[in-house]
Amino acid sequence: MNRKLSAIAKVSIVVAIGCILMLWFVPMWRIDLAAPQYPEGISMNIWINDVKGDVEIINGLNHYIGMKTIHKNDFKEFVYMPIALGIFCGLGILVLIFNRRSLFYMWTGLLLLIAAVSMYDFWKWEYDYGHNLDPTAPIKVPGMAYQPPLIGYKKMLNFEALSQPDIGGWFFIVAALLLTGMTVYEWRRAAKYKL
Amino acid sequence: MKISHLLLTATVALAVQSCKMKSTESAVGGDAAARTYVAPGKYDELYNFVSGGFSGQVAVYGIPSGRLLKVLPVFSVNPENGYGYSEETKAMLNTSHGFVPWDDQHHLALSQTNGEHDGRWLFANANNSPRVARIDLKAFKTMEIIELPNSGGNHSSPFLTENTEYVIAGTRFAIPVGNQESALDNESFKKNFKSTASFIGIDKNTGKMDVSFQIILPGMDLDLSRAGKGPSHGWFFFSTYNTEQASTLLEVNASQKDKDFIVAVNWKKAEEYVKAGKAKKMATEYVRNTFHEETHSATTEVIKEVLTLDPTELKDFVYLIPCPKSPHGCDVDPSGEYIVGSGKLAALIPVFAYQKFVKAIEDKAFEGEYNGIPVIKYEAALHGEVQKPGLGPLHTEFDANGNAYTSFFVSSEIVKWSLKDLKVLDRVPTYYSIGHLMVPGGDTRKPYGKYVVAYNKITKDRFLPTGPELAQSAQLYSIDGDKMQLLLDFPTIGEPHYAQAIPAEKIKDQSVKFFDINKNKHPYVAAGEKATKVERKGNEVHVYMTAIRSHLTPDNIEGIQVGDDVYFHVTNLEQDWDIPHGFAIKHAPTAELLIMPGETSTLKFSPKTPGIYPFYCTDFCSALHQEMQGYMRVSPKGSNVPLKWHTGGEDTTRAVAAK
Repeated sequence: MNRKLSAIAKVSIVVAIGCILMLWFVPMWRIDLAAPQYPEGISMNIWINDVKGDVEIINGLNHYIGMKTIHKNDFKEFVYMPIALGIFCGLGILVLIFNRRSLFYMWTGLLLLIAAVSMYDFWKWEYDYGHNLDPTAPIKVPGMAYQPPLIGYKKMLNFEALSQPDIGGWFFIVAALLLTGMTVYEWRRAAKYKL
Repeated sequence: MKISHLLLTATVALAVQSCKMKSTESAVGGDAAARTYVAPGKYDELYNFVSGGFSGQVAVYGIPSGRLLKVLPVFSVNPENGYGYSEETKAMLNTSHGFVPWDDQHHLALSQTNGEHDGRWLFANANNSPRVARIDLKAFKTMEIIELPNSGGNHSSPFLTENTEYVIAGTRFAIPVGNQESALDNESFKKNFKSTASFIGIDKNTGKMDVSFQIILPGMDLDLSRAGKGPSHGWFFFSTYNTEQASTLLEVNASQKDKDFIVAVNWKKAEEYVKAGKAKKMATEYVRNTFHEETHSATTEVIKEVLTLDPTELKDFVYLIPCPKSPHGCDVDPSGEYIVGSGKLAALIPVFAYQKFVKAIEDKAFEGEYNGIPVIKYEAALHGEVQKPGLGPLHTEFDANGNAYTSFFVSSEIVKWSLKDLKVLDRVPTYYSIGHLMVPGGDTRKPYGKYVVAYNKITKDRFLPTGPELAQSAQLYSIDGDKMQLLLDFPTIGEPHYAQAIPAEKIKDQSVKFFDINKNKHPYVAAGEKATKVERKGNEVHVYMTAIRSHLTPDNIEGIQVGDDVYFHVTNLEQDWDIPHGFAIKHAPTAELLIMPGETSTLKFSPKTPGIYPFYCTDFCSALHQEMQGYMRVSPKGSNVPLKWHTGGEDTTRAVAAK
């Protein structure tokens, strides 16, 4: 019984690790805001270990609606995320060394799990920021919450918000699609040749 | 009989019709509107910096739209933003004779590198209390003002050499050097009165101005000036009037001679004399005011001596060229080969050739001396004369194709003529009584061309009437084609004299959006709300206040007493573009503060009676701007109300014993 990986699957491991490593160099996610007073737009870039961009401007604006201010140190994720992705890359090398399909499947599953947990966590933060508002805020619109979209476009008062993967996010997506595709390919190959 | 009567009436009517005076409504070409239309949200092609004349300020317009973009406070106080009123900016208007809140701003010069505008600084002259200002074109702020010693009025200024080595300041009034008193009659004038041409050296990197040396000339009035360029780089040319040396009724007495002079100064040679230690140190007193970027504050230095050069003792660096009838403009063409004199009472325009001028000196083609300075023979330096150009030539600028444009005050027109053959090519009326004109880059080695702008003294029927006091105006003409074409009229602030224009690309991208609060080194900055406090030092109270949308911290202040001098040091904590905050307090006898993001400004206020003094933000900063307000409680002198302050909850209250 041959449980080894095909050559193309091995290549995909290297490519996927390469894609994930890119997250240390480019931002993962971005939220763009536009309003009549901000024709040039303001944006927030989320990295695996930081939040950058016009955070101070956004914090300045958020006080009107009583939204908490955003500070890097409030997010434990900025510590956990690099560790989780670092471990993922390390495991990828082990999969390459041990050269087993089953390990490859599990490794792929791990990346999808990281993605799912991250998106859930991101949604939770957005919910928290959007709903837990200071009751003494100057502007209170009954029934209005300011949760930004998880992904896509939403209009909130005078602001339009667009939430989408940044360059790093696209690398992540490429890695996830590649590994998922290779898993299907390996699965079929195994079934076809009864390996 | 009847028929012939009718015919006669008709003929008379027709004759009257054809004799009608020329209409003041000029035929504006069909595409003028399209050529000056800058659609909402679009930018103009050029920045036009226009002197504000007796407003003392400088106006910035967009060309071709003629839209007013900004008024830059320079030589006059500006309550609109606190310039000259705030503790930080008061020093900018200091002189050796104390604080001067006004001046008369005539001419402007954009800094140059290799004879082209480089977009770094704008220099401005003060005609009344002689000064030169340097405006930074990143923040559009007056950064330095230097006073001129031994000057009776700084008109012949602030013209520049082609690498911004020097900015020039020539006195418009001859006065006794040292300004000692002297009898006012022609004899005393001839004996005691002198003119000075000051060469203000400019630091290449910082722009800092220093009076490098002054040339003491015979008593006459220096009008305008231009540096040589290209081959004539190293020379400076000044026009003069009142070489008759009269102290009274100059209208008549200074118009007697057929020719006054263009004074040619070899400043490279003057530099050598200075280097060789041949300049005389003279005790005097003048000031330099500098605005410091990091502290957002100005300081004044008193300077107590100046180096002077006397051309009657040190030979061969000053020559006089006869020029008809009290010349105003003396303008050097882009090639640096021709010097155009504009005798404002002359019926022709003399054009001098630099090469012939140099040769005349070599050949000693002098017709004599004027107060010990050699006078070159008129014909020896002359390239030719433009015949019958118009009445009252004032000022000439150039395009890139060898054409000159001269303004005529009396005949109220712009005349285009060719430098090559000195033939008049075209003329257009101006409305009315043009003073200076300006071709963008027309004073440099690389004119931008395309437009000429007339700066007019009289507007009468051009705009809706506004009582006896009317705006003056600028008029934009296209010079693309063979014929000049009027495109646009626009009213201006104050009185526009000379102006400068520069392509928007050279400035717009370097424009500062806000000041970095982390670089704010103001001694009373509060770089965050936690740093706000109120401190008493005797009868001085310092309020370290912050402004951020939409509150002032502290906004409740108690424990102030009548007799206190309260200093509100307001720091704008915003770090975003176009979010200034204002600050005003009831009964303050000064002005408001307008504080840019990251900046600290100080308003001093000494309340005279006990009571409650409201204060608030004056710049509509946000949706809750109207709520951005607070109170100061002022108690009688000796009251035991403790000094305390807060914004919001009582938990931030910090009470301090009253003493």
